[in-house]
Amino acid sequence: MLSFLIRRILQTVPTVLAVVLVIFVLFSVVPGSVVSSMSDDGRGPADPQVVERMKKQLGLDDPVYVRFGAYIAKLATGDLGTSFRTREPVTTMIARRMWPTVQLIFAAMMFAIVIGVPLGFVAALQPGSIVDTISMVVAVSGLSMAKFWLGLLLMYLFALKLGWLPSFGYGDGGLKYLILPAVTLGVSPMALLARTTRAAVLEIMTADFVRTARSKGMSETRVVKWHVMRNALVIILTTIGLQFGALMGQAVVVEKLFSWPGIGSLLVDSVLQRDIPAVQGSIFVVVLFFLAINLLIDVLYGVIDPRIRYA
Amino acid sequence: MLKKIAIVAGLGLALAATAEAQTPRKGGTIRMTAPYGSSFSSMDIHTTQRAQDEIYAKALHRSLYTWDSAEGKPVPELAREVTVSGGGLVHTFKLRDDAYFHHGRRMTADDIIWSFTRIMDGTKAYPGARFVRVIAGAAEVEKGQAKEISGLKKIDDFTLEMKLTEKVDPGFYFFTAITSIYPADEGAKEGFIQKPIGLGPFRFVEHVPGSRIVLERWDRFYKPGKPYADKLIVSVMGEAAARDVAFRNKEIDTSVLGPAQYVAYQADPNLKGTIVEVAEVFTRHMGMNPGFKPFADKRVRQAINHAIDTDLIISKLVKGKAYRATSWLPLTSTSPLYDKTMKPYAFDPAKAKQLLADAGYPTGFEFEWTTSQNESWGLPIVEAIIPMLDRVGIKVKVKQVETAVLAEVIRKGDFQAYVYSMATGPDPQAALKCFYSSTPQSACNYTTFKNADFDKMIDEAGQTDDAAKRVQLLQKANALLYDEAPVWFFNYNKAVMAVQPWLKGIQLNATELTHQNVEDLWVDETSPAK
Repeated sequence: MLSFLIRRILQTVPTVLAVVLVIFVLFSVVPGSVVSSMSDDGRGPADPQVVERMKKQLGLDDPVYVRFGAYIAKLATGDLGTSFRTREPVTTMIARRMWPTVQLIFAAMMFAIVIGVPLGFVAALQPGSIVDTISMVVAVSGLSMAKFWLGLLLMYLFALKLGWLPSFGYGDGGLKYLILPAVTLGVSPMALLARTTRAAVLEIMTADFVRTARSKGMSETRVVKWHVMRNALVIILTTIGLQFGALMGQAVVVEKLFSWPGIGSLLVDSVLQRDIPAVQGSIFVVVLFFLAINLLIDVLYGVIDPRIRYA
Repeated sequence: MLKKIAIVAGLGLALAATAEAQTPRKGGTIRMTAPYGSSFSSMDIHTTQRAQDEIYAKALHRSLYTWDSAEGKPVPELAREVTVSGGGLVHTFKLRDDAYFHHGRRMTADDIIWSFTRIMDGTKAYPGARFVRVIAGAAEVEKGQAKEISGLKKIDDFTLEMKLTEKVDPGFYFFTAITSIYPADEGAKEGFIQKPIGLGPFRFVEHVPGSRIVLERWDRFYKPGKPYADKLIVSVMGEAAARDVAFRNKEIDTSVLGPAQYVAYQADPNLKGTIVEVAEVFTRHMGMNPGFKPFADKRVRQAINHAIDTDLIISKLVKGKAYRATSWLPLTSTSPLYDKTMKPYAFDPAKAKQLLADAGYPTGFEFEWTTSQNESWGLPIVEAIIPMLDRVGIKVKVKQVETAVLAEVIRKGDFQAYVYSMATGPDPQAALKCFYSSTPQSACNYTTFKNADFDKMIDEAGQTDDAAKRVQLLQKANALLYDEAPVWFFNYNKAVMAVQPWLKGIQLNATELTHQNVEDLWVDETSPAK
């Protein structure tokens, strides 16, 4: 198990390096720089001397390979650099933004799991029934609905019309501020989980080992509990793991819409203003998060299904 | 159109008068919004000149001057009196002796000298350097040739002498937040960015990056009885639709409106009364590069102005949220420079064709037009113009770039034509100097305009002490520019903000409507915020 973990962690190094390289090169070749966005803003003519000094100060005059080398050297020491925009250490910025994003993602996944998995189970246990039809309509709608639109719809309904929840902001970090963004973010994985669970359960229900268990006289409750649920959980867990990573990316829209102070909105702001160190740092953290979740899921496979061995 | 402007100005004055007539209430929370997309760049306002950042900075910090929206000009803020000598180059500031920083220390001349010297630090790239450079000796500090700005002299703790390099009104240079005065003792410390200390009416409480900034009343603020509110919250809300819901839900007190919302709010009887609007000092225009042969001919540039039905675009596409540009200098109700007699180029395709034929382009030509996606002055506008220009034989190839990229493209001159919104005020002399022959393209002479007569008028305006003559010269220079038409004169921005009925004292700031002197704002007892 330990050697498996070490091997998996080492495997992430080239992945992270590749991502860092791609992002670095990408932002070096796309037109525009932080200088354009910081020094002008359309409010007044840019001062050529300030522009030149800023480029020099930020190292933007150096060739890409020099900048990349310097960045990797810093990264090796755990330094994510200094933001062009805020002039703060990127690690400080990310640390401040990470907790709200983690809150949002976990709340969204909780919503998705609590609603989606039972929905899929119920639908699969009564295929073709009205419950099955409704749950699948909900699932398809949830998957096809744009987050921006859904968020606005929820704001309109629960904030403006019913007055139950605030429409935006982080407030004091309380639950009432988290609900709407989390539901907006969680609807899509909820729908996917419902569909995946339904498909997995339906498939397992027709498997040979389930038929054997039934023929041996095992009660339906025990069949579902010991055979169907256990086997379906591996598939559900895989979906949850993948969705965790995906949610990090999808959180961008939700965070911007709800003025949620997470890493997603930091990433958007940084991309728009060409704050390369902040973009690199944010993506770096997102990738690490994604890899960590995948690793965790792999470990959990073995816990759920002892047949899975760590070679 | 002038009639409309007069009505708007009148409404604004009536609004202000109504606010004045009521007794301001002490207490409550003001909830403003920062609507320009991204989160605040930094809590160190010297490092950023974004419109977004100045919204909070106006509450936290103070500069030597401030913008007086009612008068439409900069006025001394940290000085009680300013005397001018030395042929208009030496300004002596009798500073306030009752301005206290948020850590309790009184501001002195040393803080101003320290702040301006910091901004000129040559190893950094503070955007305010372009303003402070007008002080004699500032450039030497910037280049590392001196440690102190020779043009700044402390006479005593509350008297500061400032020698300028040009005869200009320093008010236009030192009224924005990028030249804010920091406390010299605290400003140099590392923790300053996390917990900034200013001289403004509200002091820092909390910044939740990407979400909001919370400030509370500074009881030792130097204006007696102000600020009125106990607390100020500025929420970052870049999404117009989310702002709309929050405003309707009474969760925020101000919301900047785009063209679509402007129409919707005007049509809604419940919201119509919440709108305030002002002609801001920005001129939207299409700049033409004379390096591209057809645009070198004045007749071609004039033809472009005649070929576009600008009024139609403003009414249909911009939804009336703009004023037709009648020259370069912006329309501000109080500016003596704005020439009310000037008429915009008439929409006259036949005349445009004739001008093109006279210039040697009877069948037109093709050019590449670089644009951003901006809804008010970008791609949608260009797309509407394409058939209009096609009618006179001019074909357009669109090149779309991001707004940040557009600024770079324009500065480098890497375009045949561009469309942009540019600050053309509040200092008319600075705005016109962008067309001065020796002003480099990288500064702001984006159309590389060169005209000896124009230069002469600008020089004379800069040298005269006669205010009326100065106005006359600048108006003439503006008229010459209008005739030469280095740009298509599109519109002056009409800034529109929805303001909840319980928030009083909103100022119609022509330099940027969201930049409010928050000490003058107050909320009545109907505000739902505690």
